[in-house]
Amino acid sequence: MKLLIKNGTLVLKDGEKKADLLVEDGKIVKIADKIYNKQYEVIDASGKHVIPGLIDMHVHLREPGFEGKEDILSGSKAAVKGGVTQVCCMPNTNPVCDNAVVASYINSRAKEVNLCKIHPIGAITKGEQGETLSDIGKMKSAGVVALSDDGKSVMNSYIMRLAMEYANDFGLKCLCHCEDANLVDGGVVNEGYNSTVTGLKGSPRAAEDIMIAREIALSESLNIPVHICHVSTYSGVEIIRSAKARGVKVTAETCPHYFSLTDDIITSYDTFTKVNPPVREQRDVDEIIRGLKDGTLDCIVTDHAPHSVKDKQVEYNIAAFGISGIETSLAISYTYLVKTRKLKLYELINRMSKAPAEILNLDGGELKEGAPADIAIVDFAKSYTIDGNKFVSKGKNTPFNGYKVYGVVDYTLVDGEIKFKN
Amino acid sequence: MLKSKDLLGLQYLSAQEICEILDGAVATKQFLKGDKKSADDLKGRSLITLFYENSTRTRTSFELAAKYLGATEVNVSVATSSVQKGETLIDTGETLDALKIDFIAIRHPMAGAPKLLAEHVKASVINGGDGMHEHPTQALLDMFTIKEHYGKIKGLKVAILGDIKHSRVAMSNLFGLNKLGAEVYMYAPATMIPKELERLGAHIAKSREEAVEGADAVMGLRIQLERMNGGLFPSLGEYARYYGVNGDVMKYAKPDAIVLHPGPVNRGVELTPALIDGESSLILEQVTNGLAVRMSILKLLAEYREKNL
Repeated sequence: MKLLIKNGTLVLKDGEKKADLLVEDGKIVKIADKIYNKQYEVIDASGKHVIPGLIDMHVHLREPGFEGKEDILSGSKAAVKGGVTQVCCMPNTNPVCDNAVVASYINSRAKEVNLCKIHPIGAITKGEQGETLSDIGKMKSAGVVALSDDGKSVMNSYIMRLAMEYANDFGLKCLCHCEDANLVDGGVVNEGYNSTVTGLKGSPRAAEDIMIAREIALSESLNIPVHICHVSTYSGVEIIRSAKARGVKVTAETCPHYFSLTDDIITSYDTFTKVNPPVREQRDVDEIIRGLKDGTLDCIVTDHAPHSVKDKQVEYNIAAFGISGIETSLAISYTYLVKTRKLKLYELINRMSKAPAEILNLDGGELKEGAPADIAIVDFAKSYTIDGNKFVSKGKNTPFNGYKVYGVVDYTLVDGEIKFKN
Repeated sequence: MLKSKDLLGLQYLSAQEICEILDGAVATKQFLKGDKKSADDLKGRSLITLFYENSTRTRTSFELAAKYLGATEVNVSVATSSVQKGETLIDTGETLDALKIDFIAIRHPMAGAPKLLAEHVKASVINGGDGMHEHPTQALLDMFTIKEHYGKIKGLKVAILGDIKHSRVAMSNLFGLNKLGAEVYMYAPATMIPKELERLGAHIAKSREEAVEGADAVMGLRIQLERMNGGLFPSLGEYARYYGVNGDVMKYAKPDAIVLHPGPVNRGVELTPALIDGESSLILEQVTNGLAVRMSILKLLAEYREKNL
């Protein structure tokens, strides 16, 4: 089958270009100013942007075990609606993805669902308990693309060191959720003015920064690459920036809520604002944007964390952490980074597609001849008001309800097939 | 007239609303001095106390305030309620609403719980203390006590010493006293001072003496033993020696300064027994005033309900 995307503005790795793009057998076969041929199916992308499909390397699909919150089908539908063509799913399922069986199960379900590409991430330690290593080699054979105990840090530094060394043998990176559990001490929001006003227990930046610094120290001393998950602090950005400057093989991600929200939102006690790490203050927002601009922060992920109503309609302290974000990630990022002229559009798309592909060695991430035809067509001129109740994800939990954002995905193609059409 | 159906915290009230509650308490206190305490202001109304934490004085105070005003009063003991069976706060609230309750006085270990409840019930929710957030009725009774003694609040200096970080009493007093024009000085070990308290208008003292210097009222806050076990301070003895209020510290206050404490007191820790039992102590008067203030609140909320609901 051949598909021609005509008259769009292509977002390439180094800029934008008006061009036509031809897809054949799941690949991008030609990019040219004008491509004419009447036998192709044609999508008219006039006035729209054609971008490489987004790669979200930090997603919770909840299956197996928590299908009330999300499953691979609903999560995949949400992904393609958001222009996402590849997701990496975190292992904190039930059972935990700490073995080849669960990894294989996820892969086989992904094939059945057949919407976006799904890559399981294996747990670093058995049961994410931070004590003994998972079957890292077997999981690699079953197709995991990285390792993470997301949701918490491996608190024992010796175990973390062993994990990084052993995983590296199999070409796997550890994606580190950074949080010193003792220092967090039950904190549910950023420690600062707003934690004092609300009486909600605060978690200091230091709890995150200490673990970022530890992972960097291990990476540097072992000369093994490491990836830092969802950076939320200005000081964490600084730690990573200085490590990169001296050549440490560290990469890092952040999420839309860390560059678009401050903890002023918690004064409502709305549990949709509860996320881990917590949203922080303006200086953090500013530094995270600087970090995205200068490359200290390599990529934008969602940490898509869908929850059911009953997980959130409770007291703030006991509500589940997390934001359902995969459907709004592109629009929020565009609105808060590109429309505000902090980033160019191609820089944003690199952070959401090319960078994660490079970090995890995935195919895709760029519009070029020979690449898989993972493509989204987006109308960035079109705005809409976010309403979580309209999400296709089972998780309606968004703190962005009522926010006006720009960027509506019209088409999402995976390997040349239309998987979403607005 | 209050502007909302609920009383969730002093940060949400205007100075005028606070004054109205305090003014109302002048009358209810007068009533309490009478021989027979039976009024019918709240006849046909009902109050439920829903306490998720242990309490003697606050709960009893709410219950008696309702009864003295002629309301029906019921208490829900959480240990015997369906909460133990996993019922959520919202479900509990909706059930209480279905029982046609007019007022719910709630105490809860988690900040924001009264607000969550208030959003889901028609009843008026009165915050009887939520986590580290607010304890508005306690602060209002403290303010009433100060105002009754001095005839004013504006321009006074109030020193609050103790576990500020975990104290909803301290927070509510800070909001309320500031709104009425008092200066609030606070002192505690650094482990017990929450972040950016100055931005809320508190003066953080560097010593007990600085906190108490020239104060018109000195308030001790209860030190919870579990805070010691959590490492916030080494021992009660050390706390009393370096952070407690004793006669020597009180010499820095104004000569006729009053001593307050929300109770229950750890004798010899936050305050020395001599201060607790001394002439300057209004600790027992605070208990009576708590009743007067809660009666005033119930009357004002009832008025709001009659006019708006």
